[in-house]
Amino acid sequence: MIIALFIARNRKQVLGVMVTGSTLLVIMAVYLTVSYVTDRAAGATGPMLYTASMMWYEPLNIHYSVGVDGISVAMLCLSAIIVFTGTFTSWKMEPLTKEFFLWFCLLSIGVFGFFIATDLFTMFMFYEVALIPMFLLIGIWGSGRKEYSAMKLTLMLMGASAFLLVGILGIYFSSGASTMNILELVKLHIPVQQQYLFFTLTFFGFGVLGALFPFHTWSPDGHASAPTAVSMLHAGVLMKLGGYGCFRVAIYLMPEAAHDISWIFLILTGIGVVYGAFSAIHQTDLKYINAYSSVSHCNLVLFAILMLNQTAMTGAVLQMLSHGLMTALFFALIGMIYGRTHTRLITEMGGLMKIMPFLGVSFVIGGLASLGLPGLSGFVAEMTIFFGSFEHPDIFHRVLTIASTMSIVITAVYILRMVGKFLYGPIQDQHHASLTDAVWYEKIAVVTLIAFIAAIGSLPLGLSDMIRTSLSDVVAQLMR
Amino acid sequence: MNYSDFLYMRNELSLLIVILFLLVYDLIAGKKGMKYFQPVAIIAFAIHTVLNILPYPAGEAFGGMYLNTPMMTVVKSILNIGTLIVLLQAKNVFDMENQRNRRGEYYFLTLTTLLGMYYMISSGNFLMFYIGLEMASIPMATLAALDKEDNKSAEAGAKYILSAAFSSGIMLFGISYIYGTTGTMYFMDLPSLISANALQIMAFVFFIVGLFFKISLVPFHLWTADVYEGSPTSVTAYLSVISKGSAVFVLTVMLYKVFGNLIDQWQGILYGIIIVSITIANLFAIRQKNIKRFLAFSSISQAGYLVLATISGTAYGMTTLVYYVLVYIFSNLAAFGVISAIETRTRKLNISDYNGLYSTNPKLSFVMMLAMFSLGGIPPFAGFFSKFFIFSAAAQQGFYVLVLIAVINTIISLYYYLLVVRAMFIEKSDNPIPALKTDAYNRISLVICTTGIMVVGILSFIMEKIGTYSFGM
Repeated sequence: MIIALFIARNRKQVLGVMVTGSTLLVIMAVYLTVSYVTDRAAGATGPMLYTASMMWYEPLNIHYSVGVDGISVAMLCLSAIIVFTGTFTSWKMEPLTKEFFLWFCLLSIGVFGFFIATDLFTMFMFYEVALIPMFLLIGIWGSGRKEYSAMKLTLMLMGASAFLLVGILGIYFSSGASTMNILELVKLHIPVQQQYLFFTLTFFGFGVLGALFPFHTWSPDGHASAPTAVSMLHAGVLMKLGGYGCFRVAIYLMPEAAHDISWIFLILTGIGVVYGAFSAIHQTDLKYINAYSSVSHCNLVLFAILMLNQTAMTGAVLQMLSHGLMTALFFALIGMIYGRTHTRLITEMGGLMKIMPFLGVSFVIGGLASLGLPGLSGFVAEMTIFFGSFEHPDIFHRVLTIASTMSIVITAVYILRMVGKFLYGPIQDQHHASLTDAVWYEKIAVVTLIAFIAAIGSLPLGLSDMIRTSLSDVVAQLMR
Repeated sequence: MNYSDFLYMRNELSLLIVILFLLVYDLIAGKKGMKYFQPVAIIAFAIHTVLNILPYPAGEAFGGMYLNTPMMTVVKSILNIGTLIVLLQAKNVFDMENQRNRRGEYYFLTLTTLLGMYYMISSGNFLMFYIGLEMASIPMATLAALDKEDNKSAEAGAKYILSAAFSSGIMLFGISYIYGTTGTMYFMDLPSLISANALQIMAFVFFIVGLFFKISLVPFHLWTADVYEGSPTSVTAYLSVISKGSAVFVLTVMLYKVFGNLIDQWQGILYGIIIVSITIANLFAIRQKNIKRFLAFSSISQAGYLVLATISGTAYGMTTLVYYVLVYIFSNLAAFGVISAIETRTRKLNISDYNGLYSTNPKLSFVMMLAMFSLGGIPPFAGFFSKFFIFSAAAQQGFYVLVLIAVINTIISLYYYLLVVRAMFIEKSDNPIPALKTDAYNRISLVICTTGIMVVGILSFIMEKIGTYSFGM
């Protein structure tokens, strides 16, 4: 696909390549899901399916090895959908269209590679591959304080990856066996003393990408400055790398440490959930509102992962999916609205529902999903998470859970206020009255996202079963 | 004495032939002949590179004065490739009207320093080592001062020769103590005679400080920025990769083979030096406006990473070091190639002059970006792999804190590398550098570098091959 992009000369061709490429991606992802489910149903066991491995660096026993389980399948689907819709939302991306999509593709390669990697080195490499295009994507095509945000985002995430790198090296050398393969490392036992150190390092490293409080500050600035498609991919998928990495590496490989010191991170994420929601209330910029709401939701993902039981972790994965779709929908809509009104401040807009009903209705649907309306994906995910975390009998976990559920109420406050202010009410600016509603390519993107949100919301069972069975391995590891 | 011993020196001999050939050519060729001087020189050196690219078996000549191991030939080949790239980039500089009369000296002196480095690498005796070192550093001072009309160049030459002489003096003092306490200068006899007594440790410290001068590690780096800025760009490029790479390799060989008994002492020294070098150089690099000074500080911090590969004391550490040098050559020379192309056409050297470069020179800025990413250690470019491996070599020996400090420093370095990328891609300029056409030679060099940056990391056999020749303690 990248090669095809290099060949494509003009804008039309670039768009053609992107559309075919991303459609193929979605088809492949769906095919993967179907075949994964049928294979599992046919009795294929083992933690990962479709594994392939190739010796890469002999001296360190590094393999290029890949494989998927239910969680990675779900994540891959999510990424494919968002790349697909992202292409449609950046239909009018100018200038340097070709370069934009090249970096966009590189970013997606990093993301896909990360989710299928089963080798620590490969995983880390793809993680960094996914980070660096962000700098240029935000820096060149962004808006607002783009240079500042681009630099801040890149440096904070790279800084986190520094800790991650040391953590990975630590796991590698202290496990005693020279392998970087996650599936083999699981069978070994890392000394508990060292687990404490390396659990902290890796969890912190991935956590920053998952907007772990108080290291989330890159996220609002970055999302606000990034162009629409990049915000979508970044909030929708890239932040999920953090959550995915946290449990695939930190918790899966070092269960004892996870049991003993998860409380530190639980408190942090608990604060993050509530803090993100509160911050969202008094933002007036649409993108900032959504960015802070992402912080809150992503902290909830980490929170659920740290609860270390099957129900909560299933909820975490569901939340990753649902938040990914939801936030992508939001960013897409904000981008479309901004493209018309040239403002993102809710104080300067009003009555948009009358002018662009399609976008307005979609926005309301997204908002309702975000505050957890039954029937949409947000409800399923948050319900599962709080159910799971309340399973813990002790006071500490229960108090934290109750505190976090507050965020649902706060979310409702800011979503409803935002929607009320700029969609309903009188038209603030008469220039807006002449604006048009969504055009076909925008509709494709929005409808796809809403369809998946509703699908998860109304028929979550198949999906959560798939995730649940894949998690049993992690949980067995935790019970050891 | 056996004349076939000379065959162990075939690398040196073929280089010597090239040098003498060029010297004679320079003397007898008239105005017309000199037109072809540069292509001939480059082709001659390329032939030399190709002939010596394969490692050949170990051996020693002249009673242990001269040693050769496959690893050393690998390093020499890497230096050859680097020098070839430098020469390709120098072509357009010495095509200019006011530089034309110096091309003979440039090639002759550059290759002489390379010959000195060969002997330094292959030495089996402190005297031999010292001769090689001087042979490498005295012509280097002349090279730094090559641009006679430029005050800065003269200043650079003077600074280099003074600091080189000073460091050589200190080093000789150390060597004399080593001789005094052990009674021998041969590397193969020394390890058993060195025990960690106070006098020997002092001698060792003096000796190693002299080498640190050459590698320009903090706090012995004060000459670096001025010399790099003042020298002609093609000389700076040579100085920053070839000279540095060979010195670090020699340092490693010395530490492993000769001072193996002092491992506790030198690991302690290196530990401190690495942290200080990487951190201070990074902090200074952030504030630089001139791109050559900027790369000078970046190269000091890269030298810190090179020494980080040494600290483990294992064969694996040695492998990562040589691999790092290879990658560093490609990345840094890609940057210098772009700088040189721009400097010869426009005389612009400030980072702010690069604003908006992408709109006028997309290819040059693309190469520069790759170079910056590779230097900063971003995958999937080679710099990421080389950095990862040196970190793993150090972590293997339990230097976790050191690795953490070094990795955090890569983030700082990433910041200033990104500043250059930002200038080229994001900043707008009212007066950007006009679109320029580089000559074929420079383009070849940039293609080699770009390929190197893209491919060396992914092709694992390169590193594994190097690994088969390395040795540790």
